[in-house]
Amino acid sequence: MPAVSKGDGMRGLAVFISDIRNCKSKEAEIKRINKELANIRSKFKGDKALDGYSKKKYVCKLLFIFLLGHDIDFGHMEAVNLLSSNRYTEKQIGYLFISVLVNSNSELIRLINNAIKNDLASRNPTFMGLALHCIANVGSREMAEAFAGEIPKILVAGDTMDSVKQSAALCLLRLYRTSPDLVPMGDWTSRVVHLLNDQHLGVVTAATSLITTLAQKNPEEFKTSVSLAVSRLSRIVTSASTDLQDYTYYFVPAPWLSVKLLRLLQCYPPPEDPAVRGRLTECLETILNKAQEPPKSKKVQHSNAKNAVLFEAISLIIHHDSEPNLLVRACNQLGQFLQHRETNLRYLALESMCTLASSEFSHEAVKTHIETVINALKTERDVSVRQRAVDLLYAMCDRSNAQQIVAEMLNYLETADYSIREEIVLKVAILAEKYAVDYTWYVDTILNLIRIAGDYVSEEVWYRVIQIVINRDDVQGYAAKTVFEALQAPACHENLVKVGGYILGEFGNLIAGDPRSSPLIQFNLLHSKFHLCSVPTRALLLSTYIKFVNLFPEIKTTIQDVLRSDSQLKNADVELQQRAVEYLRLSTIASTDILATVLEEMPPFPERESSILAKLKKKKGPGTVTDLEEIKKERSSDMNGSAEPASVNASAVSTPSPSADLLGLGAAPLTNSAPPPSSSGSLLVDVFSDSASAVAPLAPGSDDNFASPDLASSEVVSEEPADTVHDADELFHKFVCKNNGVLFENQLLQIGLKSEFRQNLGRMFIFYGNKTSTQFLNFTPTVICSDDLQPSLNLQTKPVDPTVDGGAQVQQVVNIECVSDFMEAPILNIQFRYGGTFQNLSVKLPITLNKFFQPTEMSSQDFFQRWKQLSNPKQEVQNIFKAKHPMDAEITKAKIIGFGSALLEEVDPNPANFVGAGIIHTKTTQIGCLLRLEPNLQAQMYRLTLRTSKEAVSQRLCELLSEQF
Amino acid sequence: FLYLCLSKHCKPRCLPEGIHFILLFSRQGKLRLQKWYTTLPDKEKKKIVREIVQIVLARHQKTSSFVDWKDLKLVYKRYASLYFCCAIEDQDNELLTLEVVHRYVELLDRYFGNVCELDIIFNFEKAYFILDEFIIGGEVQDTSKRIWELLPFLLLSSLCIDGKASTSANNSRATGI
Repeated sequence: MPAVSKGDGMRGLAVFISDIRNCKSKEAEIKRINKELANIRSKFKGDKALDGYSKKKYVCKLLFIFLLGHDIDFGHMEAVNLLSSNRYTEKQIGYLFISVLVNSNSELIRLINNAIKNDLASRNPTFMGLALHCIANVGSREMAEAFAGEIPKILVAGDTMDSVKQSAALCLLRLYRTSPDLVPMGDWTSRVVHLLNDQHLGVVTAATSLITTLAQKNPEEFKTSVSLAVSRLSRIVTSASTDLQDYTYYFVPAPWLSVKLLRLLQCYPPPEDPAVRGRLTECLETILNKAQEPPKSKKVQHSNAKNAVLFEAISLIIHHDSEPNLLVRACNQLGQFLQHRETNLRYLALESMCTLASSEFSHEAVKTHIETVINALKTERDVSVRQRAVDLLYAMCDRSNAQQIVAEMLNYLETADYSIREEIVLKVAILAEKYAVDYTWYVDTILNLIRIAGDYVSEEVWYRVIQIVINRDDVQGYAAKTVFEALQAPACHENLVKVGGYILGEFGNLIAGDPRSSPLIQFNLLHSKFHLCSVPTRALLLSTYIKFVNLFPEIKTTIQDVLRSDSQLKNADVELQQRAVEYLRLSTIASTDILATVLEEMPPFPERESSILAKLKKKKGPGTVTDLEEIKKERSSDMNGSAEPASVNASAVSTPSPSADLLGLGAAPLTNSAPPPSSSGSLLVDVFSDSASAVAPLAPGSDDNFASPDLASSEVVSEEPADTVHDADELFHKFVCKNNGVLFENQLLQIGLKSEFRQNLGRMFIFYGNKTSTQFLNFTPTVICSDDLQPSLNLQTKPVDPTVDGGAQVQQVVNIECVSDFMEAPILNIQFRYGGTFQNLSVKLPITLNKFFQPTEMSSQDFFQRWKQLSNPKQEVQNIFKAKHPMDAEITKAKIIGFGSALLEEVDPNPANFVGAGIIHTKTTQIGCLLRLEPNLQAQMYRLTLRTSKEAVSQRLCELLSEQF
Repeated sequence: FLYLCLSKHCKPRCLPEGIHFILLFSRQGKLRLQKWYTTLPDKEKKKIVREIVQIVLARHQKTSSFVDWKDLKLVYKRYASLYFCCAIEDQDNELLTLEVVHRYVELLDRYFGNVCELDIIFNFEKAYFILDEFIIGGEVQDTSKRIWELLPFLLLSSLCIDGKASTSANNSRATGI
């Protein structure tokens, strides 16, 4: 039996471990463990008091069993008893058990804390050490509460032993990391800084870690540490390799301390004092010089320790980013490592160069290594290294080498490891867009991307290519031709079908002149893929077909035949069925003029942050996406030029009533069509915007397109952001009958909404768009419910990122629960800094009672029966008012549906009247509502009557609906 | 946690928070020692161990010692039949972490004499004690030979009842510079 004779071996434990090792099966092991557990339990419960040794042995066995992966539910008390033993090894096992198996039993915690307190007060350094290790290992809030005040005192007390100081420093560090609020700053902080001057290098090492973490959060308070750290570092790097005795590690003087000091300095900008700054530069130069010296040992430990210091020095040089000379030297040093035979060094050189690439001083120097890096991508056997090579290529890319780098990445993608494909796809897509001088190259690149790695092309990527093609008319014809050719391949990826379907639907006419891509051929090509595609793609293709009806009247009948087939009209999928039905009706009934307007070419997309970039950022965290600002600048100059036509194009569709514009134009077909889907407001709008997310943002005329015309023109909001509620009643009332659109807009900010409601719950997406090219700082939107509103409406929001880059858009989700009926609307308050000024504005958030409507269909007889039941005067509210908009029956119907109630046809004996019914869902009750609207065309008046079981509800609904006509 | 390291020196960098955990496991994937410097539920720990053992064992020889894993980076090295694996943050110093591992192996070797996997299996508690002397809360406490001299003292308990022998620990005070 190996090694058991050594020290204080516990024979019983060794036997037990060896038994476990001899178990042939999991079952045998469990059996042996259960036997042992029974044995230990009986010993602990036995009458005979156990001696310290036995207690220690059994606790140790329990620990072993736990570490094997089994649950332990007893023995804690015995372990706690061991803490108060005077024998070091017993105490040690007790602490080990507590550290590994701490549980939140409060009684136990009290006992443990008590034992720790005793040991801390014992003035016995080994006992104090054990207690401090235990606090650091557990690191819980309870421990922090009990000891965070005590440990700083131990740390700076004059008579504390060095070894205890070291443990105390790191113990405090751990508590500060877990519960910073419980560690009080105070007099001790300045004394801690002076530990950097301590005689004992071990104390300095431990203290540096603590100071670094504290300085990150309180830089002002620890500013004096900079000069102390520089002088300490300087003394280390200039010392001979033997000066530091046992702090020299394989001929490298104090590598751990050096690295920690260099890291502490990374909490601060370059020192302002020229003397300190000069000394630091000297240190860094010395470290770079030493890298060129021949190694003092062939051992890998020597080179690792030496290079560890070198890499940390380079990190500091990059962090300061102020000494061009040092940056270029660092880059050259890393260049040497790129070809080193040690894989680890090649890996680290690639990684470190990535950050160098973003410095203006060293960007060019990094670029000279492009061939080596490309070669690494091709030949490295280790995926970790290849990953770093991809990162570096991405970081060093600019206009001069973009074509080469993108081509190499595409090449690599064909054989790349599955784990990193998605990321490479995103990177290629971003680079292609960012550096596209020639947009035909961009289109080719993205289509190649889909061809090579279609499965890894996320929605963001193909949305983006469509946004760009739509916004740039010079590339539209080429894009149509290219997707048409790509679709010829017998097996093409579904993402290609999506892009192809969309682009041909918009721009197929540009290539229809060529007999090889005549309308019918285009249609047949797309339709040959139809049956292999998923539902969202098929839905998109159906939209393409109706666009074809508009673009190519000559194939209208072919398309109508397809739409009319059973597989479409009776499709089991509701979305597809609905589209087929509606598109078929639209194509049959609408005149060509109407079709042309409804299916107008998509207006350009508003400028916003590339969704791909956002995705990459999310995927990779910060550091890797470096030069955001630059991307912004370049992109906006590339694409903003084409943003103008939006309003021209759009004005054609504009009608006075925003929510009904599409419907108003397409009015005729809808009266006769199948009963409108109960939940929808304006039919066409909903077909697009409520459908699967894959199609939503792309559909023509969908309301979430912020550039949509009526919104741009209805500028009622005051320009200057003031601390008042922007009543903007017109905008607010627009949302009573619809869920998506622009809520607010001024010169700086645009706020868009998209929301959905079901029964008493809802969800609202608020989009904040920064219209300027300057960052918004401290951007804080808050949703406020007045005291009256609070009990009735439950709103939950997540905080948004406090900085909004110029041209970027951030999104906030509001989860809504209607608890009981309510009158007021919540207020959305937004505060941010723009340039030097503080902006503060408030708008009403259109969450209104009618959003929680569920429509109810009923017969004439039922309706009037209920109507009579609600004849109590308190249940009825009536309003007679003048029409504010033209009295168009179809628009009125759409509004009543948009309001949320069912529109009951042939119920009222007078066909000119409108009646509706529905149920308001709140968490506490459901309230049935009936409404009747009687227009008087001659007088241009309406009479609106609401009857519900609750007066307040009748009142509120009547108010809301009256504003609509 | 979307902190952008865009700016020059106006914002401090996100500095790493030391070692997150250390795992020792055999070539057969048996876990021999686990030390966690972040607080996680047991279930989560087991899941992480399974995942990491799998990742590291699947790596070929002669590859680098670094693997990206979630937001962290694994730094590992094999000594005979045993893998030593540390999880550190992306910004942390990889090479020095390799030397942390090496120093720990040296400490084990010093105590056990030609340490092998069996020593760690049968004396797991001592492996933990040695580690605790070397690293606290994920940070290296002392790298000198001081703790080398402490080792026999720490572990041969019969010599130090009531901690009387403890003062010897401070005799090896380092030379200040």
